[in-house]
Amino acid sequence: MGALDTARTHIWRSPYQALAAVITMFVTFLLAGVFFLTTVASVAILDYFESKPQITVFFADKATQDEINTLKVRLEQTQKIASITYVSKEEALAIYREQNKNDPLLLEMVTADILPASLEVSATDPKLLSELEPLIKAAGGVEEVVYQKDVVDALLSWTNAIRIVGIVLVTLLTINSFLIVMTVIGMKIALRREEVEILTLVGATPWYIKFPFLLEGGWYGAIGALLSWIVIIPIVIWLQPFLLSFLGGIPIIYGVFGSLTSTAFLIFSSLFLIGLLLTGFLLGSVASLVAVGRFLQ
Amino acid sequence: MIHFEHVSKNFGRTAAVSDVTFEIGSGDFVFFVGPSGAGKTTILRLITRDLLPSKGKVVVDGWDIGTLPTNKVHILRRSVGMVFQDFKLLADRTVFENVSIGLEILGKSRAQIEKRVDEVLDLVKLGEKKNLFPAQISAGEMQRTGIARAIVAGPKILMADEPTGNLDPETAKNIMQVLFEINALGTTVLMATHNEGIVNEGKKRTIELIAGEIVSDKKKGSYPHGRS
Repeated sequence: MGALDTARTHIWRSPYQALAAVITMFVTFLLAGVFFLTTVASVAILDYFESKPQITVFFADKATQDEINTLKVRLEQTQKIASITYVSKEEALAIYREQNKNDPLLLEMVTADILPASLEVSATDPKLLSELEPLIKAAGGVEEVVYQKDVVDALLSWTNAIRIVGIVLVTLLTINSFLIVMTVIGMKIALRREEVEILTLVGATPWYIKFPFLLEGGWYGAIGALLSWIVIIPIVIWLQPFLLSFLGGIPIIYGVFGSLTSTAFLIFSSLFLIGLLLTGFLLGSVASLVAVGRFLQ
Repeated sequence: MIHFEHVSKNFGRTAAVSDVTFEIGSGDFVFFVGPSGAGKTTILRLITRDLLPSKGKVVVDGWDIGTLPTNKVHILRRSVGMVFQDFKLLADRTVFENVSIGLEILGKSRAQIEKRVDEVLDLVKLGEKKNLFPAQISAGEMQRTGIARAIVAGPKILMADEPTGNLDPETAKNIMQVLFEINALGTTVLMATHNEGIVNEGKKRTIELIAGEIVSDKKKGSYPHGRS
């Protein structure tokens, strides 16, 4: 009987223990998968905001082109500016249209008049931003100044909190899964003590004895991981309209989730499945290996 | 083939075997006799490296048991077949499957396994019962299955620990006949027993142990102190 057949027989002969191990693995990978996707999304969001200009200066409708040009020149004269770009009302509308091209309703409601002109400013060193601030605020026609740093800092504190909660929860669940698989495999080895003893006496290598148990633990992990993927992907599909309405402006998010039939989304979901399966198999097989190692000692 | 040199084995303060020295050549048939607790099983367990000697030197088929690394033990065990008093058959496998274990661990092909297992089952006269489970055969047939499993991979040494202990006299005689046939084919056979009748009829070399010490070692020995 090959190792794979032996592992399959072990699973079928004690289905309730197998079910307990698979369900534990499933819960672990469900949460791990959700937190993993949240973390990846938050990194993408952070990268996006960090790549944006450090300050965006929005002008009031009544601001004149002279006022805008004056501020631009004065900022350039400080020699603390890495880049400065003027975005007119028309250009702002073009950007808005590009970002919302899939939502005709939003496009109909907006015209260039209601969008403010702006200057997108990046300093040579972020520390110099505080020196530029008085100059910007004193300029005529300025309505609002948005600091990207504030947005990034707020996002960072949120994503860090999510990550910490995720890491703690996933670590606890991983330890729990590990111990449950170890216990299940330990019980199975105890039930098959005589078989292991006979195999040892007839000259089976330790690896020959360990391998079916290792495969069995790996199966529990892989099946649990597969089930978690089967649950997570429909949730992602269900959340897709919400994701796009809030984060559709972020190119990588739009690229992956813009269309659920796109190659990008298929690659993303396939890689996510492969990652879950490999991690599940590894976790289950290592737990089994520890259990068998303890018994064979 | 097997060399014991001033071997002692202690379990805590209890000496299971004390200062034992003997030599067994290739193709020999040797009875280890003595009452329960005499040290017969301990000697067999030392040969398979199930135990390590506390003192002295044990060499089996060129392997020094005391210095044999753990990762080589399986190689030694492939050259030593074991038969047990309680048969140690797997209840959920047929006679054929129980016997084939010894070849499966060697990675033999399905065809090789079928050919060799059929040969060995014919030798122990179990060819017609190969698809039955242990619960469906008699004690003597179970022991013959155990012998078939022990010899299927062609070990140089066959060790039997009280193989007739659970059998009626007639069945025990049949089992002994099988063991003598295997020995005649060139396999070294060691058998631990306290069955006087079997030893006296066998007229083979007999090493008698009492309280862990060898009290006699005779070429065509008998077992006058034994109990049948």
